[in-house]
Amino acid sequence: MIRLRGVHKAFGEKAVLKGFDLAVPRGGTVALIGASGAGKSVVLKHIVGLLAADQGSVSVDGREVAELDQEALYALRRRVGYVFQFAALFDSMTLAHNVEMGLRRIPGLSRRDIRRRAAECLELVDLGGLGDRYPAEISGGQRKRAGIARAIATRPRYLLYDEPTTGLDPVTTTVIGRLILRLREEIGATGLVVTHDLGTAYEVADSMAFLHDGRVRAHGAPGEIRISADPVVKSFIEGAPELMETIA
Amino acid sequence: MAGKTLDFVGATGRAALRFAATVGEWGVLMQDTIRGLRAVRIWGGLVFEQMMRIGVASVPIALFIAAFTGIVLALQASYTFTGAVPVYLVGSLVGKTMIIELGPVLTGLALAGRVGASIAAELGTMRVTEQIDALETMAYDPAAYLVLPRVLAGAVMFPAVTLLASSLGIVAGWLTAIQLLEMSTPEFVRGLETFFVPFDVVFSVIKSFSFGLTVTSLGCFFGFRTRGGAAGVGRAATSAVVASSMVILVFDAFWAAVLL
Repeated sequence: MIRLRGVHKAFGEKAVLKGFDLAVPRGGTVALIGASGAGKSVVLKHIVGLLAADQGSVSVDGREVAELDQEALYALRRRVGYVFQFAALFDSMTLAHNVEMGLRRIPGLSRRDIRRRAAECLELVDLGGLGDRYPAEISGGQRKRAGIARAIATRPRYLLYDEPTTGLDPVTTTVIGRLILRLREEIGATGLVVTHDLGTAYEVADSMAFLHDGRVRAHGAPGEIRISADPVVKSFIEGAPELMETIA
Repeated sequence: MAGKTLDFVGATGRAALRFAATVGEWGVLMQDTIRGLRAVRIWGGLVFEQMMRIGVASVPIALFIAAFTGIVLALQASYTFTGAVPVYLVGSLVGKTMIIELGPVLTGLALAGRVGASIAAELGTMRVTEQIDALETMAYDPAAYLVLPRVLAGAVMFPAVTLLASSLGIVAGWLTAIQLLEMSTPEFVRGLETFFVPFDVVFSVIKSFSFGLTVTSLGCFFGFRTRGGAAGVGRAATSAVVASSMVILVFDAFWAAVLL
């Protein structure tokens, strides 16, 4: 289980998280929605120890991330797959090599096993046969899928998706949404999907949390969030800034 | 007046604090890099590739600079010495200057531009496109994976390239002397041997070793702290070249004061 309690994080004068609470239960998929710049990606970076909270607690499987030594942190990172917003593929490497990178950090895997598993992961995201291409040679949607292949290569217990559909056309967005659902069934990983794409959130999530002003403003089943009477949530869901103005 | 003085003192203080903070951040990165030495499995296979990129690929520009420096040194020495000191001392001046000063410093400055900017731009791009974050999420130590191979390659290859460049500079000076200055080879060699001591080569290696560490570590440092997209990458590359060049000149004076 991933649990964040009372997390505060500021960058200089700008406070991004102001007492953020969220629990992601094993086996489920939670969508964290919110406006651009609300701090959704910051939440994900705390979970894998890329950022440290100024205050509050971030734990994975009951262990406090901030208290892990380097080896324990690496072990945690091997259990968590991270899909970056713009894929963050290593542009000097082929797709196969990108996927192999995480596998090379797993002790006991032979080169043959590494190559086989990388090919399987690319196949799983429908990129079989493109392993020898470089990131610059494929489309944006394919890059996203390659990023997902890299994240699932180590068979992680948790998958963190940072804006998996941003910048994609509607068809590719649907493809990625279905891929997230399929991966959940095939590898059984717990998911936390950060997005401001409501269609994807409704499709993939068991529950949704709405981040506003550094805190979770609303948390519930997609159906509940969709019909929320909270004007802030409603403003975001309906894309109606005038509702926010009535609150101000 | 008092207000302006106070403003000046305040601005100087803030600049000093920023400088100290930057040096401190560099120190932390170097500490992480030294700790990364334990992770041989991560960096072991990457050093050779970096030696090729940092060292071997820099040989043409270093040799080009050294060759013309050797030619100019011989011509200027001859011009200066004519009628004043024995002409064979052209060989002394070319040899001594190439080995202990111009070989290491010009190679260092040229490689600060070529290697330092390239490292800062490459790592800076990796930083702003989250590739360094991605490395971390895959349980890689970025200092061991990215910094250590470059710094080790720089420490080994800068002296090697410098020795090659200095040698070619001397050969170019010799060819100039026998072709354009009516000197004989024995005269040039006599001059070369007159003031030569083996420590000169050691001195050159020590200097270029420190330049290699400087250029590669500062390139990595400015690359790692890049913020703000393409403009940030440009700033990182510029900062790496400027800082490396300044530190090279400071080291140049330092080693002369300490070792000569």
